[in-house]
Amino acid sequence: MPYLGSEDVVKELKKALCNPHIQADRLRYRNVIQRVIRHMTQGLDMSCVFMEMVKASATVDIVQKKLVYLYMCTYAPLKPDLALLAINTLCKDCSDPNPMVRGLALRSMCSLRMPGVQEYIQQPILNGLRDKASYVRRVAVLGCAKMHNLHGDSEVDGALVNELYSLLRDQDPIVVVNCLRSLEEILKYEGGVVINKPIAHHLLNRFGCLSALFLTISISWMSKLDQWGQAEVLNYLLRYQPHSEEELFDILNLLDSFLKSSSPGVVTGATKLFLILAKKFPHVQTDVLVRVKGPLLAACSSESRELCFVALCHVRQILHSLPGHFSSHYKKFFCSYWEPHYIKLQKVEVLCELVNDENVQQVLEELQGYCTDVSIDFAQAAIFAIGGIARTYTDQCVQILTELLGLRQEHITTVVLQTFRDLVWLCPQCTEAVCQALLSCEENIQDSEGKQALIWLLGVHGERIPNAPYVLEDFVESVKSETFPAVKMELLTALLRLFLSRPAECQDMLGRLLYYCIEEEKDMAVRDRGLFYYRLLLLGIDEVKQILCSPKSDPSLGLLEDQPERPVNSWASDFNTLVPVYGKAHWATIFKRQGTEQCGPELPRTASFAPSGHLISEENKERVQELPDTEALMLIPNCQLTAEYFEKTWLSLKVAHQQVLPWQGEVHPDTLQMALQNCCWSPRTQKCRSL
Amino acid sequence: MISQFFILSSKGDPLIYKDFRGDSGGLDVAELFYRKLTGLSGDESPVVMFQDDRHFIHIRHSGLYLVATTSENVSPFSLLELLSRLATLLGDYCGSLSEGTISRNVALVYELLDEVLDYGYVQTTSTEMLRNFIQTEAVVSKPFSLFDLSSVGLFGAETQQSKVAPSSAASRPVLSSRSDQSQKNEVFLDVVERLSVLIASDGSPLKVDVQGELRLKSFLPSGSEMRIGLTEEFCVGKSELRGYGPGIRVDEVSFHSSVNLDEFESHRILRLQPHQGELTVMRYQLSDDLPSPLPFRLFPSVQWDRGSGRLQVYLKLRCDLPPKSQAVNIRLHLPLPRGVVRWTFPAYQDPPATGLPPQPLCWGWALQASPLNSPGTHAPASRFASLGWLSGPVATPTPTSGYATLATARPMSFGSEAPQTRTWQQRKKASKWEEDNIFFLGVLAYGSGCRQRTPES
Repeated sequence: MPYLGSEDVVKELKKALCNPHIQADRLRYRNVIQRVIRHMTQGLDMSCVFMEMVKASATVDIVQKKLVYLYMCTYAPLKPDLALLAINTLCKDCSDPNPMVRGLALRSMCSLRMPGVQEYIQQPILNGLRDKASYVRRVAVLGCAKMHNLHGDSEVDGALVNELYSLLRDQDPIVVVNCLRSLEEILKYEGGVVINKPIAHHLLNRFGCLSALFLTISISWMSKLDQWGQAEVLNYLLRYQPHSEEELFDILNLLDSFLKSSSPGVVTGATKLFLILAKKFPHVQTDVLVRVKGPLLAACSSESRELCFVALCHVRQILHSLPGHFSSHYKKFFCSYWEPHYIKLQKVEVLCELVNDENVQQVLEELQGYCTDVSIDFAQAAIFAIGGIARTYTDQCVQILTELLGLRQEHITTVVLQTFRDLVWLCPQCTEAVCQALLSCEENIQDSEGKQALIWLLGVHGERIPNAPYVLEDFVESVKSETFPAVKMELLTALLRLFLSRPAECQDMLGRLLYYCIEEEKDMAVRDRGLFYYRLLLLGIDEVKQILCSPKSDPSLGLLEDQPERPVNSWASDFNTLVPVYGKAHWATIFKRQGTEQCGPELPRTASFAPSGHLISEENKERVQELPDTEALMLIPNCQLTAEYFEKTWLSLKVAHQQVLPWQGEVHPDTLQMALQNCCWSPRTQKCRSL
Repeated sequence: MISQFFILSSKGDPLIYKDFRGDSGGLDVAELFYRKLTGLSGDESPVVMFQDDRHFIHIRHSGLYLVATTSENVSPFSLLELLSRLATLLGDYCGSLSEGTISRNVALVYELLDEVLDYGYVQTTSTEMLRNFIQTEAVVSKPFSLFDLSSVGLFGAETQQSKVAPSSAASRPVLSSRSDQSQKNEVFLDVVERLSVLIASDGSPLKVDVQGELRLKSFLPSGSEMRIGLTEEFCVGKSELRGYGPGIRVDEVSFHSSVNLDEFESHRILRLQPHQGELTVMRYQLSDDLPSPLPFRLFPSVQWDRGSGRLQVYLKLRCDLPPKSQAVNIRLHLPLPRGVVRWTFPAYQDPPATGLPPQPLCWGWALQASPLNSPGTHAPASRFASLGWLSGPVATPTPTSGYATLATARPMSFGSEAPQTRTWQQRKKASKWEEDNIFFLGVLAYGSGCRQRTPES
């Protein structure tokens, strides 16, 4: 962010750097350089003083050297020609007697990130690999990766790779880990190049063989590594396929101590390795998950909120497979007052999932406390959670929810009503209790979702609620000031339904509502719906009944929503990665976005379903869901689709249905439009399905 | 593998920015992060965020954001652990971690980062190994002195505080021991405990949860062996029994990997050779039945006059700490219901506080010193302190709405710093209250990091 006066600052610093008096005074010189670095961090463009900084690099003061090299690494891509001037000093430093200076120079030189630097760094790196100081070797090994990535897509230097392999037996553990990292980077791109595939294959095989050998060395090694190294080596070991069962259990026994490590990173890394290696032994997996319970719970209550959050996400992941796993520790997931919002929401989700016969009472009591939280989001999340538990423990939950209605708080009432709506649909046995609760519920709701829920409930179960017509009448009275079209549509349907069961009370207001919708309403969808019902009524009451008396509940849907226990193997490879943290759905969108950027033409096929979702009207949706091949239809929110791509896909589809419209002479465009609209549903939906 | 690492101040200004792999693509990554963070909607978690092909993972530490970006699907546990380790490391080298110390020590921080991470890969985070490579000396804002910390009483009289080191004694850089004048062989052992209690309206604890840590900050020359003896009655797990009394019991305990536990089983002695800097020696947890009584008890009584809409809250706080301990910095928060129109607070404050409801709908009272051991109070009386009463809400005319406002009251929170004491079984105190039958929700929650510092020679 450039700010006023930045030019003056640069000018002044430039002058100071050139000043021979300052140059003579070590501390003052260093201070000026520090100021340059500080401005650089703040985002000021300090590349103008590059020349002066190059001069400052020729010094015996190591602190000053470090600062100057930091500066150079930042600005070398902008000033490659000037940076070449510094190479000489850097090369000289690479043969300095002090290993610290050698390492520093080599590291900086490899980090210059400008074209043409490769030819200068190759020799120092090779020297560095054979250096007697381990510090320099570490730097040189990573330098190989840097050099390779600077080349871009160039070929793998076989000699260098061999050298790195031999360094895997180095004395210094960090050199070994760096070798693995470096090889990983160098070989990663190699796999993709077609010409070198045989070579790559050969190398990867070697990597496999190496792992076997590596096992024997590494496990004794690994105890010498620090926690970061351990976590990373555990990650590399994931690729190793043991050849026999015996070998597998040998490995597991050897790695057992890492499950007890005090570092959560190592524990989770080891857990993942166990889960993946033992993928054919479910009892071992369960055993490991029991072992990891303690560390995960400790992380869940750790002082670091971020760690706590990540641990909670992983707990949820485990709960998907082993629902009862954390049930005895439910108290650990009770929210505390000071916790941030995102942790509370996670904890509520966890509580919702671990509930069982023994703890349901306590969990519900706790959740009940959250329902009156001052944060509206959190309170609503808690109510939805109770709604989720209600699918299993209906009576207790409905009672709690009914009590909440008594508070007469708008944000609570609206969510409770939405919960009721879903609940009645899934668990028809609670209908009576819900209808009782609705009696006392007055209409102090303002938002669209809550209104829709209330109107739906009144419409579908109106015959059991004595005052249903009068509540709906209030809505009809105020329909002119209603802002949400969705509420009006819901109101139309509900009133018509109620009319079927209680005609005497509803006839008058249904007439008024239809009149309003057809004559005065501006929103086309509402108007159409009104017209549709009007014409339907003209056909006679039996027709209406046939169309509107759909089932009032569907318990089978509830079973569908309770996802079956997922096997551990389905998520074992996601454990200890970012996937559980983002959530699977969000991760899929991220992954897709990354995918589309890499391979443009292969846009995910499902993407073309996104627009078709809008084309299916409310009624059709239900019907579509009943079809057996629902898995094929997946809606992706926030999916962007270019017009060209859509057109291309559309044209490439085979025609499933053709309709010929008679068209003679002059036709008004509106007529044509109408005719098209009447028939366009079937081909398009069919077309979509043929995708 | 980390692509960029940066430290932002709480306002979003970059204090430190380092690009390890040069793949920022010319973007101002730090600004991107801050914009994304401030623009998050309510239900999104800020810990891990995805934007422009990179994942941002951050921790908040002492008001600073420590952020790492990566483009790979890394282990979140390791990365968060690394970030908190970096925070500790920076604290060790700069004395303490804050915006001021970081901007004063830019050169030192860059030097550290250079050694800790190369090309985005962790090299080492051990204070000991890094010491050999770090050349810059930390700039400390003012020289450390015991005198500016009110350890000397009036006319040079000895105060109670002079027996213990001030709480800031440990916040100095580890490297400054290289410069001669302040070279002291000091060790600071902190017991940091977080206790959270949920109490039913009848006073019985519903949920008790203790997390404790033994933190060691050592300024001793490296390699010196140290033995920390815990009480022999220290029991791990629910079944173990040692000694005669109820003993000191924890459910789970874990140690740092450098701790030698040879003598732990027999004599409860931890042996270790700490490197300079901070180290968490031991972590323990305890839930449900506490062997000792709760340190504070609060007796709330709520009277609600339905006619006038006046609510009287009478709070009595009782402290059950042993006499030689004292609680400092007690804070009590009583959230007010939404409908509060006016409140008065007449007790023990001169002039009585009164006024309109403050904006965050919360009424807080910080007791500067402990009311328990304040000068001039007799010891028996000091065991009991009445905090006062509060009246409100006044203008809630209809009974129904008054009912509702009460029900949406926020939990009450309460925090204090732990007493300074040499025995480690003293626990950090915090409690949480809940009153079911009268819709008065109260929570006593604990404040932030408290420390007991005991210098040992």
